[in-house]
This record gives sequence, C-alpha cells and structure tokens, in this order.
Amino acid sequence: MFDPPGPRARRRTRVVTAVSLVVVGALVALAVRQFADNGQLNPDRWRPYLTWPMWRYLLIGLRATVLAAVATGVLAMAGGLLLAVTRSRIARAYVEVMRTVPVLLIIYVMLFVLPSYGLDLPLFWKLVVPLALSHAALYAGIFRAGVAAVDRGQREAGLSLGMTERQALRAVVLPQAVRNMAPSLVSQTVGLLKDTALGYVVSYTELLHSGRVLANYNHLLIQTYIVIAVVYLAVNLALSQLSRYLEVSLARTAR
Amino acid sequence: MSLLAEGFLSTVALTLLSFAGAFSLGVCVVVLRVVPVPVLRAVGTAYVETFQNVPLLVWLVLFVFGLPEAGITFPLFWTAALVISLYEAAYVAEALRSGVNSVARGQGEAARALGLTTAQSLRHVVVPQALRRVVQPVANIAIALTMATSLAGAVGVVELTRAANRINLDLAQPVLVFAGAGLCYLGLAAGIGALAGLVERRVAH
Repeated sequence: MFDPPGPRARRRTRVVTAVSLVVVGALVALAVRQFADNGQLNPDRWRPYLTWPMWRYLLIGLRATVLAAVATGVLAMAGGLLLAVTRSRIARAYVEVMRTVPVLLIIYVMLFVLPSYGLDLPLFWKLVVPLALSHAALYAGIFRAGVAAVDRGQREAGLSLGMTERQALRAVVLPQAVRNMAPSLVSQTVGLLKDTALGYVVSYTELLHSGRVLANYNHLLIQTYIVIAVVYLAVNLALSQLSRYLEVSLARTAR
Repeated sequence: MSLLAEGFLSTVALTLLSFAGAFSLGVCVVVLRVVPVPVLRAVGTAYVETFQNVPLLVWLVLFVFGLPEAGITFPLFWTAALVISLYEAAYVAEALRSGVNSVARGQGEAARALGLTTAQSLRHVVVPQALRRVVQPVANIAIALTMATSLAGAVGVVELTRAANRINLDLAQPVLVFAGAGLCYLGLAAGIGALAGLVERRVAH
C-alpha cells in the first residue's frame, strides 16, 4: 500500500521510531516504578515461581485446562457438525440463541438450577457441558461456511462422474471444505481454550482456578496471575502459530 | 425484579462504555499495525497477540484483584469497563485490519498513480471501501462484547447475569429469571444487529 520510502520519509520514520521508543520506554518505566514503589518487584515475591513445586501445581492445572478443552472440543465439534448438516429451523434458532447468550449464564443454570431438579453433574462436566453447548453453535457456523465455500461445480462434477450424492460429499466436497476450515477451526479452538478459564467460577481446578488457590495461599496475587497469563499466552500463541502455518501451507497445496 | 432491571442497565452501560473504548483503542492499534514504522508495528502486533491469547477472565482477575496490591485502584465498574475495552480492542483492530487488507491493492496504487498522497489515498479511496466491509464484523464483535460483559459478574459487578443468579437464589424461580435474562441478551444482540444494518446502509452510499 505504501511506496518505498524516499529520503524524507526515511528521516520521518527515524524520528517517529525515536519518539515512540521514548514513549514506550517511559510507559514501561512508569509501570516498573509503580510496581517497585509497592514492593511488587521484590525478588522474594517472585522467587516462588522459580521453584518446581509451584510449577508442578500450575502444570497440573494446565493439564486440567487441556483436558476440559479437549472434551469440550470433541463434544462441540460433533454438535456443530450435527447442527450444520441438519439445517432445520430448530438448528438455526439454536445457533442464533447461543451466539448471543453468555456461557456464564448457562454455567449458572448448571450450577444453581439443575441440581434442584436432580441433575447434579461432577464439576468437570458442569464446566464442559455449558461450554460445549455454546461452542457447538460457533463450530456449526464454521462448518457451514466451509462447505458453502466449496464451488458448487465441484459437487456437480462429482455427480456427473457417476458418484452418488454421498460419495461426492465425502470424496470431493469435504476434503476441500476441511482445507478451507482448518485455520478457523484452530483459532476457534483457541477461543475455547480461553473459555475454560470459567473453571474459576465453577471451582474446577483448571489453570486459572489453580492460580486463585495458590494466590489465596501465598498472597502473591500479582505475581501469580501474571505467571498464569504468561502460561495462557504461551499455549495459545503456539496454537495461533499452528493456525497461521496451516493457513499458509494449505493455501500453497491448494494451487 | 428491580434488581434485574438494575442488572440490565448495568450490562447496557458496560456494553456501551466498553464498545466506545474498544473501538477508539482498536482504531489506534490498527493505525500502529499499518504505519510503515517497524517499532510501532511491533507494538501493535504485541498488543493484539497479548490480549487475544489470554482469557478475558484472567485480565479481569489480574486488574480487579491484582493491581490494588500495586497501589492502582479504580472503582470496580470502571475497572471492568477498562479491561473489556482493552481486550476487545484487539479484536476490533483485527477486524479493521482485515477490512483494509480486503481492499484490492490496485485501488491504493491507482490512487497513488493519480498523484494523491498516501494520506489522501487512504482517506478518499481505501478507508471508505474498507468501512463498508467492516460493519458486519464489528457488529459481531459488539455482540460478543455484550456476552463478555457477563464475565464482569464473575469478579463482582452486579450486571445482568449476576443479578439473575442472585434473584434466583432469593426467589427460587429459575426458569422465569434465567429465561428473562437470556431474552434480555437476545434483545440486546437484536438491537446491535438492527443498528449495524442502519449503519451499513449509511456507509454504502
């Protein structure tokens, strides 16, 4: 979109770079001073997170997060596929409603309403079921768009080669659809992994709730939650990177 | 019932405030991401990646319970609005950026070939076309943001979801209360959708 910079633009770039480095530096310095003034940078407050028992506890929490995410992902994808292929009015209404009702509301129903009607699931499922109900609608949208993005001629070509409807779907349309969908499926899964943090509300000891338990015990609130944020960041960045890699490599093989 | 109304108003206020914040901040971030200055681009990218890859609830907990330890305290409601703004701004920035990228390269090049400056070609050629394509994605973000305000309830703000839960604990009329809250969210989303339709017609000359 931009022309290669001439001498004047290069000079301007240098000036803006210098100014923005100063601004960013000043902001960081301000934050560091605020933390330091309140003793939050005291090494004693950070050292616990250099020890193995702390990390072991957090990694157990991370494992629970991954477990919940995998269970939710499997259920939600199956549900999403079902919603996408039935295309009935009920399925469409379900997708619309779930796109606008917060998961937390469903979780509260799960936690405080259903037990009095005799449905009292284990904590793990109290987190997973609402998440799956909600994310199924999101996956359905991705599946539908993925199949719709495959040119109609592809299916027709399959049929004209003598394939049955089902064969054309399985051998021609779906492989191309999956290729289209792979990146958005992965990035949707990042969203799902982030939503498992609602385990905090359910008291299911995934990563964030583990952090809360730790913070209540060692009173290192800022340190604990920053460490937790960094762990989420690392895991999700890896997933996002995978999504970007899929996007690029699939775009190449599709040619 | 008045608690439910209070919660509803609180959700609406949170949504409006956070959306205003997220949109303004998102515009700033997307500017950072497209300017031809590497440092600023890096800042913009780091912002988007950091906020998109950490759950909103973690940010809320960190800001609401963590930052007071470092001597930074705001009223609860404003902290929640700030955090939701910061978080959703990353999504707004991405939506705006893909809108700008979706305008064919040739459009910008043609404008430059006609002798418009970079700023002029952005203002008169690229941005007007991009604007039309971002209305729907931004509306979807606004709906997601409405849902996200429910997480403020998890850290103590009495908004619709928390209000519904509290009323239910008192009244024990779960079906009525939760269906009512759900309908409120549906209504808000429908309102945003209708508004987006209006805006879309306005920008699509």
